[in-house]
Amino acid sequence: MIETERLTRRYGNLTAVDALSIRAEPGQVLGLLGPNGAGKSTAMRMIAGFLAPSEGTARVCGHDVQREPLAARRALGYLPEGAPSYGEMTVREFLVFIARMRKLGADVGRRRFDEVVGRLQLEDVLEASIDTLSKGLRRRVGLAQAILHNPPVLMLDEPTDGLDPNQKHTVRQLIDAMARERTILISTHLLEEVHALCNRVVILAHGRLQADATPAELEARSRYHGAVSFSAPGSGVSQEMLGRLPQVSAIEVDPLDGRITVFPKPGARILEPVEQLLREQGLEVSEIQLERGRLDEVFRQITTAQPGADA
Amino acid sequence: MSPVNAVMRRELRSFFVTPMAWVFLVIFLVLAGILTFYAGDFYERGQADLQPFFAMHPWLYLILVPAVTMRMWAEEAKGGTLELLLSLPVTLWQAMLGKFLAAWLFMGLALALTFPIWLTVNYLGSPDNGVILAGYLASWLMAGSFVAIGACLSALTRSQVVAFVLTAVVCVLLILAGQPQVLDFFSGALPRRLINALAYLSMLRHFEAIARGVLDLRDLAYFLLSTLGWLLAGVLLLELKRVR
Repeated sequence: MIETERLTRRYGNLTAVDALSIRAEPGQVLGLLGPNGAGKSTAMRMIAGFLAPSEGTARVCGHDVQREPLAARRALGYLPEGAPSYGEMTVREFLVFIARMRKLGADVGRRRFDEVVGRLQLEDVLEASIDTLSKGLRRRVGLAQAILHNPPVLMLDEPTDGLDPNQKHTVRQLIDAMARERTILISTHLLEEVHALCNRVVILAHGRLQADATPAELEARSRYHGAVSFSAPGSGVSQEMLGRLPQVSAIEVDPLDGRITVFPKPGARILEPVEQLLREQGLEVSEIQLERGRLDEVFRQITTAQPGADA
Repeated sequence: MSPVNAVMRRELRSFFVTPMAWVFLVIFLVLAGILTFYAGDFYERGQADLQPFFAMHPWLYLILVPAVTMRMWAEEAKGGTLELLLSLPVTLWQAMLGKFLAAWLFMGLALALTFPIWLTVNYLGSPDNGVILAGYLASWLMAGSFVAIGACLSALTRSQVVAFVLTAVVCVLLILAGQPQVLDFFSGALPRRLINALAYLSMLRHFEAIARGVLDLRDLAYFLLSTLGWLLAGVLLLELKRVR
């Protein structure tokens, strides 16, 4: 479990993280979302104990990171931004070093080593020095380091940043597989990641919490939530006709591909009436879709609000 | 294995995977030899002791210790591994101690590898080996103080060059503090008491005292306390960086 209470960090006049209160429970993958410079990494560094909070507290599994730093760090596996590691060491040396630092003991250490190496498919590069590895492999080494001691709480700062789609998929699968009995906090600015991984999202902007919701709840905030879009090639679908439907608030036509999006009035369901109308008009519709809402739009809307304004 | 031990072993390894450590050892041994025979008049003195050999050590350390310690924290801060290290269950003090011990042991190894000169002097005459042992002890203790200074100042900056220069400057000040020229220079301006304090700060004075074979508790305490003091200052600096 990770809890923060009014966690604040100031650098001179700049407030990087402003009174942030979040809570992540076991079994939860909490996504920390925000544009670059929103304070995601700073918040994580405070939870990891690398930076001291200017105000407020953070607890990992009930251990205050300031008052019981070692107990908090024992419960935590942390992948810092960019997955730093000692480049001159081989992967094996590095993981053995981490095992020693975490006092894993010979037996447990070896078992966990084998498990983690297998899970992250590092067998082939064990004797390679980390400097010579590709970005994706280095990220995997960083992940291996974070989960080596089988921590109940995992905190990953942009775990898939800079990876190719296949590598992203592997890392996400891994996080998914570990999520069941753990608390996982990941930071990202990739919205696809939210869909793929998170069951709860915290959005930060200017160091402040702007939203704390499930991905579905966020999508529901989108203008596109419940909208119906379709392509009807070659037919001048009467926008007037659609506009006359009582549930419809607006209609947009994509100037590039002619795709038509019909927006509902708040709370209204418009898929059926639109379909019915199209049928009645005898219009050929190649494909029709009910939109869930667009996270990118909600994200933009939330994070570009004026600093200090309430979300 | 304790975290101190783990950090120490990692540091020692990292010395030897780069050619840096080997280059250092060779330069140290060559310089120690050359300076002893040429600058120190080893033969012409006609005495079977290692006084000229040990007299060169402060000046050798002045250049070589900063080279060993400059990367200690600066590299970690720059490469981002500091964040990794400090998210592991290790206190700043343990990490500092581990790094210090690694560099100090390394200096001990360099010192131990000068044994041929000890063999030479024993072949040429019959020196007082007790005094020579005391000389080695004094030299290693002094190296410890220098390493602690370097460890502290490396924590101050992300730049290895800055760490090197700062360490060299502080070390040269501490070597020179007790020299008669320096004391004379200040004797007009400062009260007697302060001059004595300045003289007492001098590394050279305590080093020479032990190297003569006189094991005074005060000289040992000087090195141990200054080593601990600088390490503590380094830990405080790191802690300050965390808060600031």
